[in-house]
Parts: sequence; structure tokens; C-alpha cells
Amino acid sequence: MQPVLSSKAAAPTERGALTEPAPVRWALIGVALGFLSLFLLVPLAAVFTQAFEKGVSAYLSAVREPDAWSAIRLTLLTAGIAVPLNLFFGVAASWCIAKFEFPGKNALLSLIDLPFAISPVISGVIFVLLFGRTGLLGPWLAGHGVKIVFAVPGVVLATIFVTFPFVARELIPLMQAAGSEEEEAARVLGAGGWRIFWKVTLPNIKWALLYGVILCNARAMGEFGAVSVVSGHVRGLTNTLPLHVEILYNEYNFQAAFAVASLLTLLALVTLVAKSLVEWRGARQLAAGEAVLQGGDAR
Amino acid sequence: MSIEVRNITKSFGSFTALKDVSLRVPSGELVALLGPSGSGKTSLLRIIAGLDRPDAGSVLFEGEDTTRRDVRQRRVGFVFQHYALFRQMSVFENVAFGLRVRPRRQRPAETEIRSRVGRLLQLVQLDWLGDRLPSQLSGGQRQRVALARALAVEPKVLLLDEPFGSLDAKVRQELRRWLRRLHDEIHVTSVFVTHDQEEALEVADRVVVMNQGRVEQVGSPQEVFDRPATPFVMSFLGTVNMFKGRVESGKALLGSLTFDYPEHPQAEAREAAGYARPHEIEVGRDDADNGGLWATLQGVNAAGSLVKLELRTGDGPIQVHLPRDRYEALAPRIGEPLYVRPTRVRVFMEGEPEAAVSPAAVAPPALGGDPLSAFPVSRVPVSAERSA
Repeated sequence: MQPVLSSKAAAPTERGALTEPAPVRWALIGVALGFLSLFLLVPLAAVFTQAFEKGVSAYLSAVREPDAWSAIRLTLLTAGIAVPLNLFFGVAASWCIAKFEFPGKNALLSLIDLPFAISPVISGVIFVLLFGRTGLLGPWLAGHGVKIVFAVPGVVLATIFVTFPFVARELIPLMQAAGSEEEEAARVLGAGGWRIFWKVTLPNIKWALLYGVILCNARAMGEFGAVSVVSGHVRGLTNTLPLHVEILYNEYNFQAAFAVASLLTLLALVTLVAKSLVEWRGARQLAAGEAVLQGGDAR
Repeated sequence: MSIEVRNITKSFGSFTALKDVSLRVPSGELVALLGPSGSGKTSLLRIIAGLDRPDAGSVLFEGEDTTRRDVRQRRVGFVFQHYALFRQMSVFENVAFGLRVRPRRQRPAETEIRSRVGRLLQLVQLDWLGDRLPSQLSGGQRQRVALARALAVEPKVLLLDEPFGSLDAKVRQELRRWLRRLHDEIHVTSVFVTHDQEEALEVADRVVVMNQGRVEQVGSPQEVFDRPATPFVMSFLGTVNMFKGRVESGKALLGSLTFDYPEHPQAEAREAAGYARPHEIEVGRDDADNGGLWATLQGVNAAGSLVKLELRTGDGPIQVHLPRDRYEALAPRIGEPLYVRPTRVRVFMEGEPEAAVSPAAVAPPALGGDPLSAFPVSRVPVSAERSA
């Protein structure tokens, strides 16, 4: 709520002591805009021009091609498994960390950050070393007819690992700041654990939770490094969308590569819009409360 | 319902919050746990509520051991320091929460819930705000919602943690009088935590003064104020002037002040200190009566029902509160030497807390026209210090 108030205070036209002169302001804005267009808008436009270079029908056929279609399905399946699991895990972990004191809490916090700290390629290699044919558990798995690496389970596992921190990282600071007084109040009033979670905790974290899910989903669908290592690039079987783009590109099939890439770009755009919508809703809810409160105080 | 706390000990890591605390709260009383921050008062309240478990000792409600009973089964009402209202629920739903979460068989019907919540909101004078969210209320209103919510479950015990701590002075005063009236109406056994001695003395039937995890004294507001059991209670319940010295052979020798002190008849000298409140000191221009000391007037604050004088002796400042008419009759000037005479001094021996528990309130023999004439004045230079 602090930023809301300060932006209101800065709005009047008279210049405060901290406002730069006009030329400096325009120069700074210009630099920021130039940078933004060069590195974000131009590539974005390039993706779509390349994708539609040979017309709409070529675009559609590239997207409808069986291998592309199977990549889309695998990507959706992977996200469909990874996001709910990480949603559950994220809520459970942040609940533990924010509401309870226990030994090893800091270790758990660092562990949650681990997937952020190591390169995705390394995470992929870890799974190969664990589950690959010559890996630690490989022979045993092979003996039982389970195939993880270079198969769909490997892709899903690697994605879960890489998208592990997103929900938890959104929730932990929020839940820590909120403390556990409301939950304690509910307990004293006789509510059980589930009831407290659904009625008291969840409503307080719903926007942050949604935000975390959106980011988690975007990463699950767009992950390249880790998935690339474990997938084995079997066309029509273990290729996700980002991998499929790479294959098409390496085959000099630029138009098809960009057509499929445009799907991922669209996903990114949708994510951005959803994310700003969630942020806006969350902020508005806070601001509404504040505004009425200020009105109430004036009475 | 009466509450009894027996030999409670509680530590958080290396910090001991409560050391062997025992306490009885008779049914229907309004009791204040008073102490500075870190004195263990909130820990004790949370243990009574069942929000924390003691390391040792037990809590009894109406003689029945509830130490192991879960907070959900204790039927206590708890008002949190920062209200802890459910942010996403309306005022009405906040108050109704405790009724709605009951198991289906004990849950009242919807119409019954509506009328009960309505009555409670009327009781706390907020029935017109039922649809608002907590963020849309002022601090005092939130406080009353928290109270209504705690009362909705018909608690057998009401516990309040710094109930007025985060309110401004005026709302605070109003609300504490209102709480007192409310308690007289509903008579539920109540315990509230506060660090504000004025609040405790004004609202409570009995005051429990705590310090460093121990109970220093339990008594009615007047008892703890007039007959403090320890130097801590004396200084925590208001401004005090301290006169350092010693006790020997049944006398207390505090600088130039000397009093009878029958509690220590031995010839061996022990360090001691005498305490007098600012209103227990007289100020005049002549030392004909003896029994006092000279001090220089340093400052006057005449804003208030009592005029506050700040005087200085060779060893430290002395605070004196005079009634307005007395001050106007005397009309002292800044820098003028004045003769100050304590009319009542409480002496505590140092270094032996057990001895300090029995208070040695030494009142001058004749409080009439000539209060201190019986006291001989020693020639030892006075050592007077103020302690907040």
C-alpha cells in the first residue's frame, strides 16, 4: 500500500525536490524505451513475421503437422502434471516454513531455492546420472521394465524439478509477513486445521498463489535445458514444444520453427496479461480497503 | 469460572519467559497482568489460553486440569493484540465464525446465528457495520469486533492481550471504561495483559505485577499502589524518588533522612533504599521542622491537575507533584532553594529479595500539621536519586 500512496503524492504537477529536469527525464525514458524495443519488441515482431512469411496456410500446416501436435500434447501433459504437484508442494512447504518453528528450517529454505541456483542443464544431467542406463538406479529400473530417461517420465520429472520453487517462493514471504495470528484466532474459536486453511489462510494468499501458478506454468511449458538433456529428442514421443522448435531450426525449416515458436510466444503474452491482471486485482483489493478506511477515519 | 495456574515454567530457547509462576483468578473477576515487555505476561496469557504449552506446571479451570486440553476444547475467548480479524470476511462473518465452525450437531440454525451475531454487534455498538471488511474500520472499531467475535462462542474465560495497545490515547480511555462496564454486565472471568499501569489500576479488580518471568505482587489496584511489595512494583506503578542509604539497629538512615525500621533490629548495617512518590513530598521555604533536605527548583510544568516540580540536590533530581492551590500559595521561582520533606517513605533492604517481599511502609508518626518533626536529621550528606 506504500507505493500506492507515494505515487499519489508524486502525481501533482509541481516539481518536488527529487524530480529531475525535463531533458534528463526524457533522456532516461528514451534510453529505457530504446532498450526495451531493441531487445524485446523487435524479436517479438521477428518471431511473428518469420512465422507468417509463407502465408497463413503454411503457418497452420506447420502447427498441425503430427510431430508438432504431439509436442503440443506432451507440453500440456507435462505442465498438467508439474503445476498441480508444485502447487500442492508449494503451499505445504510455505505453510510449514511460515507457521512453524522447527530445526532445519533454513536448510529447507535453501533446498527450495536449489533449482534456481543450478543450471537447468545440470539438473537434466542429474536425472540422467540417477535414472540413466548406467546411472545409479538405472539397472534396477531397467530390470523392472521402467524407462525414465529418454522417455516421458523423465521429461515430467525434470520439469517438476525446475519449476519446484515458483509457488513456494511467492507464498513464503507473504505468509511470513502475515504471521499466524489469524490462524490462532480461528483455532481458539474452535476451527480445525482444514477449515482454517480453506476459510482463513487460502483467502489471504489466493492472489499470490495464482501468480505463482502462472509463473510456474510458463516455465513448465517453456523449459528447455533440463528437458533437452533427459528427453532424447525422440520425434513424436519425447519432444516438447521448445525442443521441437530447436529440431525444426536445426533442419533449416525456419518458417515452421518460427510458427511453433509463435505458439510459445503467445503463451508468454497470455501469461503476461494474466499476471498483470492478477497483480492489478490484488492491488485494487488492498487499495479499496485503504480508501474506505481513510473515508471512515475522516468521519 | 475460576482459573488457577500452578508452578508454570516456560522457556523459549535460552530465554526463560516464566519462572515457577502460580496464580489464582477467582470466578467473575477482571484481572490485569501488568509488567514491562519481556516480563512474561503475554506468555502466561497464551499458556492459560492453550496457545502455548508450559514446560512445567499446570493450568486449572474451575479446579479441573486443562493443561493437556487442546485450545479448541478450552472454550476461551481470546482477543489478540493486533485484533487478528479475518481480513477476507465481513464484520458479521468474523463474529459468526466461531458458531459456524462448530460440529453440525452443536451448530445453531442460521436464523439463530444471525440473531446472536446481531445481538453481539449491538452489544459492542457496531450493528450498523456488519457488512464492512475489517480493513474498512478504525482501530477502536476493530478492537470491538475482535471482542464480539471472542464473546460469540460464549467463552467461560475471556483473555485479552494488550487490548488497547495500538489505539490512540482518547479512544483508549473510552474503550477501557467501556470494557469495565461490559465486564460488570456479563461477568465472565477475564484476564488482560497490559504494560500501562494506569490502565491496569483503572480497569482491573485485581492487578498481578510481573517482572522477569515472576509474579512480584498480586493485589487490588489500591493495594499494589499504596503497599508495593518490592522496589520494582513501587517504581513500575508510577514515578518515584529514591533515597539510598542503609538500615541498622532498627533505623533506616537514608542520607539526611532517618526513619524507624523495626524489620531490621540487628546492629549489622545493610544497604537499603527508601522510595517516595512525587505527591508524597512537601515543599516549603523553611527547615524549622527538620526531616527534609534542601534542593534547588529547576523546572515547573503547570499543565495538568497537578503541578510538576523538578528539583535538584547535590546528588540528583527530585520530582514533586503539588496541588495547584498549594503551588499558587507557595509561588516558587526557578533557581530558588526549597526545603523538601517526604511525608511517606517505603524502605526496602537491598540484596535480599525475600526480605523485600514483606513491605516496610514507613509512615511518619504524625501526619497532621507537623509530619516530620519527630525525625532527627543526620549530618550525612544526602544521596537522592530519581528512578523512573
